[in-house]
Amino acid sequence: MQGRRVLLIEDEPNIIEAIRFILSRDGWRVDTHSDGKSALDAIRERSPDLVILDVMLPNRSGYDILNDLRSEEATRNLPVLMLTARGQKKDRELAEKLGASRFMTKPFSNGEILETVRELVR
Amino acid sequence: MATTTLTGSRIRSYRVDRGMRQADLARACEISASYLNLIEHNKRRIGGALLVRLAKALDVDPSYLSGVVEVRVAAAMDAAAEAHAEVTPERGRAEELAARFPGWARLIARQYAENRRLEQVIERLGDRLTHDPFLSASMHNVLTSVTAIRSASGILAQGGDIEPEWEARFHRNIYEDSQRLTDATEALVAYLDSDKAGDAGGALPQDELDAWLEDLNWRLDVLEDNPTVGIGPLIEDSGRLATPAARQLATAYAEQYAEDAAALPLERLVDGLSGGRTPAALAQALGLEFDLVFRRLAVLGAGETGIGDPYGLVACDASGTLIYRKPLPGFELPRYSAACPFWPLFQALQRPMTPVSRLLRVSGRDEAQFEALAFSTLAYPSGFDGPPVARSWMLFWPVRRSDVPATGVGTSCRICPEAGCVARREPSVFA
Repeated sequence: MQGRRVLLIEDEPNIIEAIRFILSRDGWRVDTHSDGKSALDAIRERSPDLVILDVMLPNRSGYDILNDLRSEEATRNLPVLMLTARGQKKDRELAEKLGASRFMTKPFSNGEILETVRELVR
Repeated sequence: MATTTLTGSRIRSYRVDRGMRQADLARACEISASYLNLIEHNKRRIGGALLVRLAKALDVDPSYLSGVVEVRVAAAMDAAAEAHAEVTPERGRAEELAARFPGWARLIARQYAENRRLEQVIERLGDRLTHDPFLSASMHNVLTSVTAIRSASGILAQGGDIEPEWEARFHRNIYEDSQRLTDATEALVAYLDSDKAGDAGGALPQDELDAWLEDLNWRLDVLEDNPTVGIGPLIEDSGRLATPAARQLATAYAEQYAEDAAALPLERLVDGLSGGRTPAALAQALGLEFDLVFRRLAVLGAGETGIGDPYGLVACDASGTLIYRKPLPGFELPRYSAACPFWPLFQALQRPMTPVSRLLRVSGRDEAQFEALAFSTLAYPSGFDGPPVARSWMLFWPVRRSDVPATGVGTSCRICPEAGCVARREPSVFA
């Protein structure tokens, strides 16, 4: 269970703070990143065990980032949990098509997010 | 013209309808009665001249007899039958129905087409969350705030070992986010409320702005008297601008207005117009940009312009979206749909900094003529490396001239009766 690292890519400071707290308490090492454009570099640099990726990011959409992740050998199988504030069917379908490991709509509960990340990285 | 096998049945049906005997019709078309009998029982294929003669004698359009119209109608009926297979329409006999009762067949086809159109409208309205930017942004705000509150309060409620500084932090975050949630919710309520009342003219912030400007006749007298006066009270006291988005649009309008009024005060403008100067000559005489002069002319009342009518003005950005709308009677500007592609406004957009002048014939109930001047500008607000921002402006005013051929334009495709338009995007409701 030790040394599990998650990179949280999200631009809402208060959501970042809450998720960071919950996951840290659960034994995760949490890095955060808030910009869409440089998100891929951040993932390559940190090489986390899991990425939590918001869809609506400044400068670049989470979908585009996911698409790039899946077309690169190194990150093809990296677990990615997508977060979105619009749980429309279309969004979910797009996330699935692009290869999101899981998809979660805001507002989610702390329990849900803990359970999901634990499932994604065993 | 291809004739279907049922042309004969149609001829017979029309003949019986008109109470004609076979012999009379045959004589009128200079053929024998027995030959007509074969035709009517679909045992002889006919076309060309004889079909036209028969149609003339029966006083119907030849296409009705040949089935060209009915084949098209039958296809629509077939689609309608497909959509409602549960009422088991006799699909094999659609063409027969169309041949015998062309009016009823057209009614079926028309109603089916109308149903499809309404379905599309409903779909667009139902998908409002995607298509209405304000609604979608507000929902995003609400959901984001709620997520943060739920998470932080969950942490606090669960208790356990939370350090005091973290606890204080989450309390503060919840307070902040609930404040944000309040703002977002209030904006949403105001937005949906004004939508329901409908007295702001509609649902969009742009509509609120338009209603406000219409009330004022596009004129902000406070800024005419003193362009440097604060515009805050002007917006706050409007009474017309309910949503924050509309107030933001109005602020942008007032800021531009103040800038323009400072560059070209009312007195100087009216002075410059004396002697019957045209808008283009006025801009030249004053040494000012066309778009600035256009905006100033647009706020003048009918008595101030020197032409006895007020000026209309419309502007768009590079996407063709209308961002300034001051219509005139006879030259309406579309609210929701895209405009007519033949407006000089769009020609100017294709050639920035080049004046375009046209005489327009605007189709409508009473066809009216307008003189139009269009000019587009390019700005680089973020400097050399930034993207260009294009704005096109079109000033127009009513005229009565017959010496110059006018360019035919409309308002928007759906309400434009212009038949045979080469740039039509969608059928007209008048078609």
